[in-house]
Amino acid sequence: MSAGQRRLDIEQIGDVTIAKFVDKKILDENNIQMIGNQLFGLVEEDGRKKVVLDFTAVEYLSSAALGKLITMDKKVKAAGGKLRLCSIRPDIYEVFAITRLNKLFDIVDDQDAALAGF
Amino acid sequence: MADAFEFNVTIPSDTSQGHEVQERILSELEKVGFPDQDLFGVKLALEEGIVNAIKHGNGMDPSKNVLVECEYDGVRVRVVIEDEGPGFDPSEVPDPTEDDNIEKPSGRGLMLMRAFMSRVEYNDKGNRVILEKARTIDKD
Repeated sequence: MSAGQRRLDIEQIGDVTIAKFVDKKILDENNIQMIGNQLFGLVEEDGRKKVVLDFTAVEYLSSAALGKLITMDKKVKAAGGKLRLCSIRPDIYEVFAITRLNKLFDIVDDQDAALAGF
Repeated sequence: MADAFEFNVTIPSDTSQGHEVQERILSELEKVGFPDQDLFGVKLALEEGIVNAIKHGNGMDPSKNVLVECEYDGVRVRVVIEDEGPGFDPSEVPDPTEDDNIEKPSGRGLMLMRAFMSRVEYNDKGNRVILEKARTIDKD
């Protein structure tokens, strides 16, 4: 894989960490495991508490990826962090809506909305 | 119908080969002008169906194969995915949207296939699924 282990671009805005997906497709568990490891590192090792997952680049997402996102959300909460999802394109949002995960996750329109009141 | 195509392929229980089959089906559908809005759902359903066959059906056993049959008649794409596993009963898959299940990390693949395809049907044994999607008719 050309981008190695790094699956998220990280940017810090105030006390909020923006983690942007690098991949267009988040399908298999290996891929999402690497994303998970990087994300947990932000909370568990770097002590960041407010994390925004930015889906701008993401065109496809599988149920395996949804499963990992759920696990990730729990871990981040357990580590005292908060996770917010943003910039999800409409067809991907439909996947969250069909599975009712739009109720489980804190999903907002874009980065500005994610930063507001976080 | 000039736009019609069909092919069968047998792959080992290897998800990267599963992705190659997916890509082949999608690129064939793109060539015949299958609408973008329909391709998203077909891709998702293929991902779920093929991964289910490889992982849950064949248990990633490299000695077991997955048969994929694809047929497009100009209106409807039909993909049959068959594994060599013991099968399962789709009616026993718990509803992942129930409050008790919403935080469980698995069980959403079948639901997504049903949501995005026109038809999802398993054989009695539960090791063979038929996925069908009729293309959206252009309104102009």
